[in-house]
Amino acid sequence: MDLLIFQIPILMVQASLDGILLGTLFALIAYGMALQWGVMNIINIAQGELVILGGYIAYFMYVAGIHPAFGVIVSPIIMYFIGWSLYKTIIFRVVDRDLFISILATFGISILTQQLMNFIFGSDVVVAQSNFGTTFLFNYMVTLPNAKIFAAAISIIFAVLLVLYMRRSKLGRAIRATAQNARAAKILGVDTESVYAATFGINAALCGVAGSLIAITFTLHPYVGLPYTVRSFMIVIVAGLGNLPGVALSGMGLGVFEEFSDYIFGTEFRIAAVFLLLVLILVYRRFKLSRKREYLK
Amino acid sequence: MNQKIILYLCLLAFGIAAPFLFPAFKLQISIMWILVVLSLTWDVQGGQMGYNTFGNIMFFGLGMYICSSFQIGLFFPLAEWTASGGEKTFVHTPTQFFQGFFIGLILAAIIPAIVAAIIGYGILGLRGHYFAICTLGLGIAAGEFAGGIELVGAGQGMTSPPWPKGIGDTELRSEFFYYICFLLMVFTFLFLRWAYSTRFGLVLNAIRDNEDKAEAMGINTMRYKITGWVVSAFFVGMAGGLMGNMIGYIEPVETAFAGRTFGVFMVLMAILGGKGTLWGPVIGAIAFHIFKEGFWTFFLGWQYVALGALIVVVVIFFPEGIMGWLREKYPERFGEIIDEEDRKAQVELK
Repeated sequence: MDLLIFQIPILMVQASLDGILLGTLFALIAYGMALQWGVMNIINIAQGELVILGGYIAYFMYVAGIHPAFGVIVSPIIMYFIGWSLYKTIIFRVVDRDLFISILATFGISILTQQLMNFIFGSDVVVAQSNFGTTFLFNYMVTLPNAKIFAAAISIIFAVLLVLYMRRSKLGRAIRATAQNARAAKILGVDTESVYAATFGINAALCGVAGSLIAITFTLHPYVGLPYTVRSFMIVIVAGLGNLPGVALSGMGLGVFEEFSDYIFGTEFRIAAVFLLLVLILVYRRFKLSRKREYLK
Repeated sequence: MNQKIILYLCLLAFGIAAPFLFPAFKLQISIMWILVVLSLTWDVQGGQMGYNTFGNIMFFGLGMYICSSFQIGLFFPLAEWTASGGEKTFVHTPTQFFQGFFIGLILAAIIPAIVAAIIGYGILGLRGHYFAICTLGLGIAAGEFAGGIELVGAGQGMTSPPWPKGIGDTELRSEFFYYICFLLMVFTFLFLRWAYSTRFGLVLNAIRDNEDKAEAMGINTMRYKITGWVVSAFFVGMAGGLMGNMIGYIEPVETAFAGRTFGVFMVLMAILGGKGTLWGPVIGAIAFHIFKEGFWTFFLGWQYVALGALIVVVVIFFPEGIMGWLREKYPERFGEIIDEEDRKAQVELK
């Protein structure tokens, strides 16, 4: 018992730190989803599959003998073109059509990608060893793998770069204009079609970065994509569209929640806890909104 | 009208005679009827009400677990059954088997319906994207939870009671399950046919077309939405209980909460046939099942890739499905009168 009381604060620190590092990764994926949701009004259920696909790119670099950390640079470039061609083949047909079609079409893409990955890469759980070592804090009581710290740092760097890009560049301005009012943007000479394609490509590239970070910190498997979609969806609805600090914060909150639920309910209920949290958040949101509607009455 | 009755009688006769006409495909045709039930009930939400649910599979798995648990639990300790791998230690007598089966089946319908009513109040207030992803989450969470409960075998699953010895062979078993499946399908179809012809059906369509307006007209939409969800859960739960008995083995993610197979199939079948119509899901389910059984073997491992591609193609290019296509082609058959001049005028406007 003494031991347990002694351990609790350490577990808390460990879980919180793990959660925050993990959360920055989630926030990066959610940022991509928020971008594409805001601009194209499509929820991409295949988001998680894009993440896993990006992870496999890093993994194959590792297999080929290149350090998987370079996947952070290679993977987004490849994923940008995958995302762009996905837009040009399928997604452009569902933009502006009813919601049902876009959800189901991306759901179909998600199954298609999952199964293709399963077929091509095999159904084994794989991991890319980064050999980054471990950092010990507080007299060896809290252990942090350096790979996780690296992942969090890279996520923050990419998020900041993207924010700057969206603020400063011409394409970033065009994307923001399209998000505000696609029709007006079109009239003022923005080629919305290529803006959409670029947005989807950027989203896929962000997924690629996140995926290659997941490859070195966690494990990859063709079927684990959906939880990432759900996590990013959850983060976006908690933070709201276009609220970047909110996305970062709620991403970290989710990470901490997951780490704590690991300790409390056990690792086997981790995915179930994530999905239940989603349901709870949505239900809470529904009751809050309906109360608001009643005030209006 | 007479023509319709003859058509129904012919189909009924086919359904009754099918196990003798195609004795080798009894199990396949039974599964086909289950698929018809699934797609019909998905259509209550997805087609008639306009709420795209990915979570109806939750009731399927729930029904499967509840039916088998009661079948076993009424007579033997459930924990020992799952621990010992089932039939090795305990054997159902025929009376016990049938009593357990029918009680289990009824409970497998009622409990999911109650669950649907409870969670429906919370989540049917969500709309659009939110509802779709929430139900997707629920379906997967249910599977993960079932995989963590020791009493029903956790991740390894459990066996459902085997056919009792001493009353006929496996032929009789498959005929028995065939007719139960067929009855369930006929009953579901007739019930929904009746329900769509009442005020209930009209309200569901009103909710699909414009929910706020329906609410403004003084309809308590929430009550109707929950009723629709409960009806779906009732039939899906019963279908799940049957399916669990028929295949004899329950595994949380692959058979019970099989989001990757049945959960996807039910959506695809309803769209393929034409959502929002009565016959569409039936035609879609039969067409899909024949396609699946006939051509799956040619894809050899690529079948789920083909499934994903099929969803994308159907959703993007044929969102109206087979019935919608027929309706476009032969509008007279559907009781629509076409004003040619008006149609031309509309084309010019475009």
